[in-house]
Amino acid sequence: MFSFSRGKMKLTHEEVKKIARLARLQLTEADLEKYATQLSAVLSYIERLNQLDTANIEPTAHAFLVPTPFREDKVKPYTEQELSLQNAPDREGPFFKVPKVIA
Amino acid sequence: MNYEPVIGLEVHAQLLTETKIFCACSTRFGSRPNENTCPVCLGLPGVLPVLNKKVVEYAIRAGLATHCAITRKSVFARKNYFYPDLPKGYQISQYELPICQKGWIEIEVGTQKKRIGITRIHLEEDAGKSLHEHPKTRQHGASWVDLNRAGVALIETVSEPDIRSAEETVAYLKKFRAILVSLGICDGNMEEGSLRCDVNISLRPVGTEKFGTRAELKNMNSFKHIEKALAYEINRQASLLDAGKTITQETRLWNDDLGVTESMRSKEEAFDYRYFPDPDLLPLVVSDTWITEIEKSLPELPDAMRDRLIRDYQLTPYDAAILTGSRDLSRFFEQSVQLYPEAKKVANWIINEFLRLIEGDESRIAGTKITPQHLAKTLQLVDAGTISGSVAKTVLQKIFESGGGPEAVIAREGLAQVSDTGALEAAIAEIIAANPDQVAKYKGGNEKLIGFFVGLVMKKTQGRGNPGLINKLLKDKLG
Repeated sequence: MFSFSRGKMKLTHEEVKKIARLARLQLTEADLEKYATQLSAVLSYIERLNQLDTANIEPTAHAFLVPTPFREDKVKPYTEQELSLQNAPDREGPFFKVPKVIA
Repeated sequence: MNYEPVIGLEVHAQLLTETKIFCACSTRFGSRPNENTCPVCLGLPGVLPVLNKKVVEYAIRAGLATHCAITRKSVFARKNYFYPDLPKGYQISQYELPICQKGWIEIEVGTQKKRIGITRIHLEEDAGKSLHEHPKTRQHGASWVDLNRAGVALIETVSEPDIRSAEETVAYLKKFRAILVSLGICDGNMEEGSLRCDVNISLRPVGTEKFGTRAELKNMNSFKHIEKALAYEINRQASLLDAGKTITQETRLWNDDLGVTESMRSKEEAFDYRYFPDPDLLPLVVSDTWITEIEKSLPELPDAMRDRLIRDYQLTPYDAAILTGSRDLSRFFEQSVQLYPEAKKVANWIINEFLRLIEGDESRIAGTKITPQHLAKTLQLVDAGTISGSVAKTVLQKIFESGGGPEAVIAREGLAQVSDTGALEAAIAEIIAANPDQVAKYKGGNEKLIGFFVGLVMKKTQGRGNPGLINKLLKDKLG
């Protein structure tokens, strides 16, 4: 996993390429430079937050104080599958059709 | 060198809820492709997941039954990867704070009892299904995606690396499966994928502490495959280590046709899942009251039931362990014993005959035509001399195939025991006439030959002759 240390202020093009690959994005050389700068700025901000003393603070996944609501286990059928299929890039009968996944 | 296998399991169990984990779509198996999908499980923009309460209850049940601590505040996380059957581009799972942590399961191998630690049980959603061949046209040029399963609730249970052999692996899985089934939260069907298992295995020289590099065997869907794959993998890793080579950390698949494990993806392609808390779902908070309520509602678990069967019915631990392999089977046993109180005999008939008929598949008990009433009645008919023990097997077979009570089957198939002296004497006379040599030998003192004659008479009466009576008549005639 990629790490960004205090001493290192800017992402390398290789690191940006790796992130792009994980997001299935194709970037040009110009893009690489642009995103290296932008992402580095985001990380610098996080780095600033890291200076705060959070020793006595519970790790927080959300800023809201309410717990997640529950739903009862009752089926409510959705009937517009035809619309979902129509909006897909490709379909065949009731299936979504995609480029061959395995050889 | 002598190596010791170090094994840990990750088991995915599909929960038996009516609806998916985050939407109200049905979880029904066998629907038309994509019939049970909606904007939530299809990952369309602008929708939000809402957690199914039953799913949480089921996970807590699993945790309590395996001695886990229940996390009062757990967190859902996104596991990011791309695959066509994962419509959102991430799977909602739990990462840092799973709902259950640090438990154990007790297994028995031979007469040895052993505790296998449970690291964690977490909630997650299942992916859909990609077909690489069109089910009707048999075409191959694309992949076809059915998202009915996408969003079905799973619990993933991760064991500690406490397991040391293939035997222990299977014992652990069987025990875990029995627990899930008895809790009523999973049907335990490995073939249909309701229970799926990944096995992590490494070797280390006997007597050393440090773990070796492990391989992960993915999607093991039968006990037989697990045994074979582990035997192969232990051998493969030992040969590599003996040759001074290193083990590659990788995912491997069992190829049952070739009898080998094959590398699936190497480390370079290894996924980088970038887990982070799902912003769409708030923390999952469970109260002490709710946990206590669930704890009170837990049924008798397999270990407790096994101990009770041993105590109340004087069964052997072996028989008791088999009979408590599923709730349906133990219920069948107990109902039969109510009607026919010789527990040991009932246990034998269930283990040897009934399980053979349903091919050891306990999920078939609910749908089978044989009832505890039928078994008890059949055994009573043996005791009354109406049928012999071997015909009783035929009777059960016929009930299994086409239904009906034992008495009706016996009448329909003409299976009643022949206790008519005249009919048996006629058969005996024929046999004596046809086997003069053996008759002479018997008369000459070879009394063991009586079994030979009984066998012939039984054959002649299609197994329906009364064995005691045949014995007596034969001795009279030959003596």
